[in-house]
Amino acid sequence: MKKNILILTLILFTGFVANAQVKKGDVLIKNATVLTITKGTLENTDVLVRDGKISRIGKNLKAPNGVQEIDATGKFVMPGIIDAHSHIALSAVNEGTSQVTAEVNMGDVIDPFDVSIYRALAGGVTSTHALHGSANVIGGESETLKLRYGTTNPEEMKFEDAPRTIKFALGENPTRGGRSRGIQPSSRMGVEAMLRNSFNDAVAYRAKWDAYKADKNPRKVAPEYDLRMETLVDILDGKVLVHCHSYRADEIYMLMKVFTDFGIKKLTYQHANEAYKVASELAEFGAGASVFADWWAYKLEVYWSTAYNATILTRNGVLTSINSDSGELIRHLFHEAAKTQKYGDLSDDEALSLITLNPAKQLGIDNRVGSIEVGKDADIAIFEGHPLSVYAIPVMTFVDGVKYFDRATDIDDQRIYINPEETVENISIFNRHDEDRCMEEGVVSFEALFSNKK
Amino acid sequence: MKRIFQILIIALIVPLLSFGQEDDQVMKARAGKFALTNAKIYTVTNGIIENGTLIINNGIIEAVGANVTIPDDAEVIDCKGKEIYPGMIDSGTKVGLQEIESIDVSQDYSESGALTPQMQALTAVNPNSAVIPVTRVSGVTTVWTTPSGGFLPGTAAAINLFGYTPDQMFAGAKGIIMNFPSTAGGGRFRRRSPEEQAKATERALKTVNDAWDKAELYAKIEGANDVRNYPEIEALVPVVKGEMQLFIEANAAKDILAAIDWVKTRGYKKVVLTGVSEGWRVAEEIAKSKIPVIAGPIQAIPTRGSDRYDAAYANPGIMSAAGVKVALRTGDTENVRNLPYHAGFAASYGMGREEALKAITINAAEILGVSNSIGSIEVGKKANVFVSTGDPFETASKITDLFIDGYKVPMTSQQIRLYDEFLDRTPGVKKNDPAIKIIKK
Repeated sequence: MKKNILILTLILFTGFVANAQVKKGDVLIKNATVLTITKGTLENTDVLVRDGKISRIGKNLKAPNGVQEIDATGKFVMPGIIDAHSHIALSAVNEGTSQVTAEVNMGDVIDPFDVSIYRALAGGVTSTHALHGSANVIGGESETLKLRYGTTNPEEMKFEDAPRTIKFALGENPTRGGRSRGIQPSSRMGVEAMLRNSFNDAVAYRAKWDAYKADKNPRKVAPEYDLRMETLVDILDGKVLVHCHSYRADEIYMLMKVFTDFGIKKLTYQHANEAYKVASELAEFGAGASVFADWWAYKLEVYWSTAYNATILTRNGVLTSINSDSGELIRHLFHEAAKTQKYGDLSDDEALSLITLNPAKQLGIDNRVGSIEVGKDADIAIFEGHPLSVYAIPVMTFVDGVKYFDRATDIDDQRIYINPEETVENISIFNRHDEDRCMEEGVVSFEALFSNKK
Repeated sequence: MKRIFQILIIALIVPLLSFGQEDDQVMKARAGKFALTNAKIYTVTNGIIENGTLIINNGIIEAVGANVTIPDDAEVIDCKGKEIYPGMIDSGTKVGLQEIESIDVSQDYSESGALTPQMQALTAVNPNSAVIPVTRVSGVTTVWTTPSGGFLPGTAAAINLFGYTPDQMFAGAKGIIMNFPSTAGGGRFRRRSPEEQAKATERALKTVNDAWDKAELYAKIEGANDVRNYPEIEALVPVVKGEMQLFIEANAAKDILAAIDWVKTRGYKKVVLTGVSEGWRVAEEIAKSKIPVIAGPIQAIPTRGSDRYDAAYANPGIMSAAGVKVALRTGDTENVRNLPYHAGFAASYGMGREEALKAITINAAEILGVSNSIGSIEVGKKANVFVSTGDPFETASKITDLFIDGYKVPMTSQQIRLYDEFLDRTPGVKKNDPAIKIIKK
């Protein structure tokens, strides 16, 4: 018996180690302009990467034996871009069967074969926040990824030890299903009620379990285990970061009130087109905002948007990032960040922080990524031209010191899975409005669920 | 002394007060005589003038050059350190035809029926759309606004982004839009077998050809006495006669080639290919056909999973290098303001800045048929120009002054007004705000 357990433990342990074995690289990047984000811009500087970590930053560094050297003279080195709102590399986005689906997890639907991952790398992106969609008020847990394209193991796409996050949604999307079927929530009033009901249930659930754990009676009976409630309790206990799809100022304000009443503090608003209207309240609460650079007018609740949103939020002291929510936009987030210099004169460091350090903080991974600092993961993008220039071209992208994109030498066709049944390749004409946007996918999911059409 | 001091105080404070009142003032466009001096002027058609002057009078560019006498009665705008460009032209948008994408009653770009070429986009343009000021303050002064859906969705129009009626905005050119029956799949939601697809394409082509056969017949018998009223066919007659341009949307390489063949067979003279997402695959063939193209959006993902990641960025440059005349479009509505960035990406990925600039100014004007009045800075052309702090493709550059049809248009929009109001909101956070108890605890 003991032996069996030992063998079992050994098997499990080996499996675990095999899963966690992601590739780590060594490289010396020579003579670049290094945009560190946290420690200014360093000219003619070298960055040495050992075993996937940044080990030295300085001048005239020598490459240790066997470490490849890359001449980056005239080029710009910046931390890998982090997209706090993405639906690439996922085989499903919405679990819309209930208005609360805190029990589902995007970690279970990672699609490492999605060629969008390579295209994002080709835009200098090294991490994405793979979010659940916005079809319901409390959606599923999301997963923070590292874009280790080429692996066929979904586990290797996961950002190890990143904090748990969950998707919430307010406004038009989560009320759309209710409005069409005549059930709650059909309005922003119903959304608030649903949030309060859910957390009141979770408080009661936690109390039941606390009482059970405190009970010294050996014949005590455990309460029913409920994964959905477990997740909500973890939110109450501050173990899960909430990322909430939202647009209008009133709904943003409402959620801060609800969270205040339940003592929940870790909150980032996603999209948040009207966050600028309650920027001072966000700053006081300590909530973050992850916004578009300039998208608006695609629905009523984003009609009174302004491209100055990120600037107003930054100037009012709100932790702000710029995201894509799109398989297209994710390829030029550096350009999206630059728009804050047209719309509001942010400095280079402020603008670049919107796509590096700030999203890292919003995802709780800023101890690992988001700036070029010794000891941080070697998630690095190299650009020809300053990344905030419209003429900038990303030329190389590294994750854990491993090069996953090289403009000069990569072959054109980067698919790692080709449908064997496909005789003629499908041609799809680009329409930005159906590129991985959670609001669109939410609609599709609902229609698919409640009609006979597929 | 005390009195002088009081007067001085009042003299100082009054302007401040009136500045504070600016919110309530209506900002209107102004006509007149303007002299834009000390600027680097990109004429597009006649090179760059360093330290030049541009005179605008009565809506027209009256003079431009390094040695221009400034009329006494002109309002002088010193543009030292700045650059002047002809207004940018987006050759494919729905500006004015859609206010909010998810609300169908705010959309007027698509009429029922597959054959509706007589439907006039210009009729449905809303001159007061909030999108228009948002677009023009970024230097886009003219757009091609197009109907869509079906095979022959309607007649597009070039409009300037200032005016209070569609006719005040009309920039002088219209064209028939045609969606070439596609041999490509139906996109992500409508996958068909190759056989089904081929049959559908054949049926579609027959429908389209029937309409054009009728139009050719109609053109012959137009003068006859009892020709019945047939508006959808009559609308095609100017194309048959070579008096109006036909804009054929084709994106897959196969469709582009089929469209070129179709044009050759029909013998239509004034034709433009639009979309052309896979133009780079057949650039030589397009060049040989001498048909100009409107390409875009440029910030787009490739049409096929196997394509190089930058295929859409590189597309205009490849066609241009092959000898195709290229104009660009965003294909957008609310973010047509990003046209210079689409051009900037095209420039970086092979087209070069000079060609990319032409693609959103003079080439666009020539392809749309409005180059006699706009598209470059030339004496006698309409004063559609903007002043920029630098290269307008560069993201950080700002537009400081804007002229459309010779009117000095105020540099404001819904989005700028919201910025002004909310950057430093009054009141800010109120004490004891129920939303921020956490911090106070």
